[in-house]
Amino acid sequence: MDNKIAAVKMRNITKRFGPVLANDKVWLDIYRGEILALLGENGSGKTTLMNMLSGIYFPDEGEISIDGKEVVIRSPKDAFDLGIGMIHQHFKLVDVLTAAENIVLGLEGKLDLKAAKEKIRGICDAYGFEVDPDQKIYDMSVSQKQTVEIVKVLYRGADILILDEPTAVLTPQETDKLFAVLRNMRDDGKAVVIITHKMHEVEALSDRVAILRHGQFIGDMPTRDTNAQEMTNMMVGHAVTLNIDRPEPVDPKPRIEVKNLTVRSIDGILKLEDVSFTANSGEILGIAGISGCGQKELLEAIAGLQPVESGSIQYIEDDGSREELIGKNPLSIAEMGVSLSFVPEDRLGMGLVANMDLSDNMMLRSFRKGRSIFTDRKTPRQLALDVVEELEVRTPSVATPVRRLSGGNVQKVLVGREIASAPTVLLTAYAVRGLDINSSYTIYDLINKQKAAGVAVLYVGEDLDVLLELADRILVLCGGKVSGIVPGRGAKKRDVGLMMTKIGGKTDE
Amino acid sequence: MNNKQRSPLFHIAKRSALRWYSAWAIRGGAVLLALVVCGVITSQVTGEDPIAVYKAIFEGSFGSSRKAWVLLQNIAMLLCVSLAVTPAFRMRCWNLGAEGQALAGALAAAACMILLGPKLPNGAVILCMIVTSILAGAIWAGIPAFFKAKWNTNETLFTLMMNYVATQLVSYYCVVWESPKGSGNIGIINPNTQIGWFPSIAGQKYLLNILVVALVCVAMYVYLNYSKHGYEIAVVGESERTARYVGIKVERVIIRTMLLSGAVCGLAGLLLVGSTNHTLTPTLVEGRGFTAVMVSWLAKFNPIWMILTSFLLVFLSRGAGEIATNFGLNSSFGDILTGVILFFIIGSEFFINYEIHFRKSGEKEETSNV
Amino acid sequence: MFDLFSFLPRAVVQGMPLLLGSTGETLTEKSGNLNLGIPGIMYVGAISGVIGSFFYEQATGGNVQPLVAILIPLGCCLLGSLLMGLLYCFLTVTLRANQNVTGLALTTFGVGFGNFFGGSLIKLSGSELPSVILTATSNVFRRSLPFAGKLGWFGKIFLSYGFLAYLAVVIALVASYILKRTRAGLQLRAVGESPNTADAAGINVNRYKYVATCTGSMIAGLGGLYYVMDYASGMWSNNAFGDRGWLAIALVIFTVWRPNVGVLASILFGGLYILHMYIPSGMNLAVKELYKMAPYVITIIVLVLSSMRNKRENQPPASLGLAYFREER
Repeated sequence: MDNKIAAVKMRNITKRFGPVLANDKVWLDIYRGEILALLGENGSGKTTLMNMLSGIYFPDEGEISIDGKEVVIRSPKDAFDLGIGMIHQHFKLVDVLTAAENIVLGLEGKLDLKAAKEKIRGICDAYGFEVDPDQKIYDMSVSQKQTVEIVKVLYRGADILILDEPTAVLTPQETDKLFAVLRNMRDDGKAVVIITHKMHEVEALSDRVAILRHGQFIGDMPTRDTNAQEMTNMMVGHAVTLNIDRPEPVDPKPRIEVKNLTVRSIDGILKLEDVSFTANSGEILGIAGISGCGQKELLEAIAGLQPVESGSIQYIEDDGSREELIGKNPLSIAEMGVSLSFVPEDRLGMGLVANMDLSDNMMLRSFRKGRSIFTDRKTPRQLALDVVEELEVRTPSVATPVRRLSGGNVQKVLVGREIASAPTVLLTAYAVRGLDINSSYTIYDLINKQKAAGVAVLYVGEDLDVLLELADRILVLCGGKVSGIVPGRGAKKRDVGLMMTKIGGKTDE
Repeated sequence: MNNKQRSPLFHIAKRSALRWYSAWAIRGGAVLLALVVCGVITSQVTGEDPIAVYKAIFEGSFGSSRKAWVLLQNIAMLLCVSLAVTPAFRMRCWNLGAEGQALAGALAAAACMILLGPKLPNGAVILCMIVTSILAGAIWAGIPAFFKAKWNTNETLFTLMMNYVATQLVSYYCVVWESPKGSGNIGIINPNTQIGWFPSIAGQKYLLNILVVALVCVAMYVYLNYSKHGYEIAVVGESERTARYVGIKVERVIIRTMLLSGAVCGLAGLLLVGSTNHTLTPTLVEGRGFTAVMVSWLAKFNPIWMILTSFLLVFLSRGAGEIATNFGLNSSFGDILTGVILFFIIGSEFFINYEIHFRKSGEKEETSNV
Repeated sequence: MFDLFSFLPRAVVQGMPLLLGSTGETLTEKSGNLNLGIPGIMYVGAISGVIGSFFYEQATGGNVQPLVAILIPLGCCLLGSLLMGLLYCFLTVTLRANQNVTGLALTTFGVGFGNFFGGSLIKLSGSELPSVILTATSNVFRRSLPFAGKLGWFGKIFLSYGFLAYLAVVIALVASYILKRTRAGLQLRAVGESPNTADAAGINVNRYKYVATCTGSMIAGLGGLYYVMDYASGMWSNNAFGDRGWLAIALVIFTVWRPNVGVLASILFGGLYILHMYIPSGMNLAVKELYKMAPYVITIIVLVLSSMRNKRENQPPASLGLAYFREER
């Protein structure tokens, strides 16, 4: 590699967001004719680093050079001029415009949509994409939108491509297709960077891997010279042996019974189809599935936040009496005496109010208590103090707005509040996403304690290793349907993985 | 692209937090600077020396006890409308319809005075005025709120349009109830019987208004900061998804808060008709519905600070009015000065929310003031 | 009897200030700026033109050169409204201030500015009436094609207006064309819908906001000028312009952000404004006020219906009213 001139050299790049150090003196080289995997946990600063290359952020310190020449990238336009194109995780598309209009957005010269459509068709034919240039973005599925994004970058003739977690929203087939395209581009002599935290993608696709941890550059090496274990170690800092505690369930009884549940999104898309299962008290039911196959809708339907098309969700008391939860909102569920806690995926956008302090956030669940028209501020404050102490939340004080806390501490505040109401059912979605190892274990412990206390826990997770070690049973969803329910003990990762991509998990081969 | 220049001259970052006294120091600085600019403009236009100008501004408000009372009355009315829009703003619902809501209240109050005046005893008329005007204001705000809650209709544009519907409605009734015939004006209502006129307290005509608004101010402060409703408003304003997640009925909070907002506007209209003016004109509210937006925003939606910001704006416009009469200028001069001062304060918010990093020889500097 | 041939031309002259105002505001709103300062800007545009032509008429003693008599007020008007637009942009785009508050402050300022200088001119002219009359300039502005009078009803309806009226229609159609068919229009729409995306696509968001808002302000300023010089026959009196600025904003909503629709819609609004004079009961002054309410009521109905139908193309630009800061997190 040393004899090649790096297409991109980043030196001593530092970026701060307020008190948070997102990138700390990072060095990175990107070469043409090579696929580089930028690997790191959530929150390790991968996206921030690449955003500085594509002109979204400006580094506080450091230098960038392209083909040996030092450059200043002040805006995305500068980046385009240098041949850098980035496909963001959150698509940068204007909903009310058509695909073609989005693709030519930001270019110069006379607007000639006809010629543009021709060129788009040419690119699509060359790589096997399917894009209708006249389709409005708001009518498109997620993978169609991603295709538009990729075509957009190719249309501009970018030769340094950055893809931010491109597979998170794709089916396995779509992923394979994408990887084939990326390999073609590499063979064309383009520099390709793929941001990911999935080890198997690194191994399957990349030529070289660079690893970030906590905003710092840890190292890079040819992919063939390393292995998953070594990369994991570099990513997390030390060897991980996932020794998650899994006590035997004590006296499990049916608590939530879901029958033939069907849910459609507002746009009329089928999100859950004929889903049936039972969650028991004192047991962790893991829910596995690739991103967007109905986990969110399932939890929200149980929590009373998602309108349901048909089916039933029944809450079963200890004495066997049943209550229907469908058609109720969170408030009426609570009024029925069902103590249901929900740790949603979007912590700051849903579970907490980012601009409010810890005490006020504690009040979200309890502010209605009592007859008075005034809120009781003492109890939530005490609860906040307790949570800070018991869960070791690092915060200047309980009067600090939660948006200023780090991801792990935010999650501790949220989980702390949710379990404080002594729930009988606990729903968690991606409870450890973006958290460091220590915080993750704190959360596992908390969940296990709830399980020991007889709570029925529904745990939606993306990391199969964790699910396999934590859950007593695993419900696998695939495209909104139940692919199967397997016992957590003794389940094989490969089998569960297969079930995630195919109903029942059996291959035809 | 110039490769010699390594980086842009400066770049702007959001401040993590500024202590409240620094923030208010910046705002105070902006006001002072604005006053200097206004003084310069005025002395340019009039040829007077700036000291005389400032003296005139001060005398416009405190020159005589009558002027001081007018000042207080104007502060009270502006504050009342500002208090009205604040709950909606806290919910991030831009109620720009305070003008119309107050007019609707005023119309209802005047209607009671005119139509019921000859038939009912004074006490009953006043009771009717209170009930109907508050109701009218609430309805005027409730209509856009209903559509906002139900179909997410843009409330900024809707409430704005409702202002002019109200204005025309009042214009219509001004002709219908004109007195004397052919004047197109209502004139003083019930000038002889004084039915529907609110009583003076301790011989001061404006004291009642001031006391009522002071009460509303404290009540609004407590409501927004300590009541369950106030908490719900804050949660809905920050994040509707969070509100739904904890079971707050967002639609209901929107409608309820806008109804409250309109009701307080209706109260302002009631006070203007029943206590201050005893008449109804399409311009009765004098643009307070719009000024209130600025008062509330400048005070960061805090009712107590709003006393200060409404004082500031009324003080300035009274002062500018005084300059206008003293130096033989047109009374609209006050609007120009008010505009200039607002621009300075609006601009100063930038320096509270953002900081500028200059990149000179790798060192960082901060600007902290205008 | 309803006289369409005298009604239509009057509706047109009523409508043209609104058309200019709403075209300007549409361009502005397409960039994501909700400029509630438009009423103030139209005042400033009008008074700037009046000031220019006042001094020109004074200097020449009423013997005006037609071309100069047009260019001076036109230039003053454009300059005055441009400065207002720049001020709005500086506060909301560069300093990222709240758009509603800034716009309302601008309206306070602009209306005050107009009435103050209007009042000063009235004093200067020593007139008995509370108004300034610029007959000479107005005659130039109102000059229509010489043969228009000979063409009967056709000439009356289509050719009887001053050049600014035709300019207003042309501007509206050009603005529509630019928004729909050109690259600049496409990028502008993207800026208003999603500044983030536009920025990532390499579009200079701030420049687009500045250019669109300032151009929009100048167009709106022309609306003020048209009102004084053509509609009001060169007579400025304080507050005569009234609430037409807000009506222009209403027109933006009514046309669902389409200036070409505005051409006819503005005439409709203008017609509603004067309809009472052509209807038997219209002599009743009270009913007149109710007719004036009609434009606002139908605007509200359009606003409600379009939100109920929830068709994506008919919604306000998605980032309308929001300041853009690239590094927001």
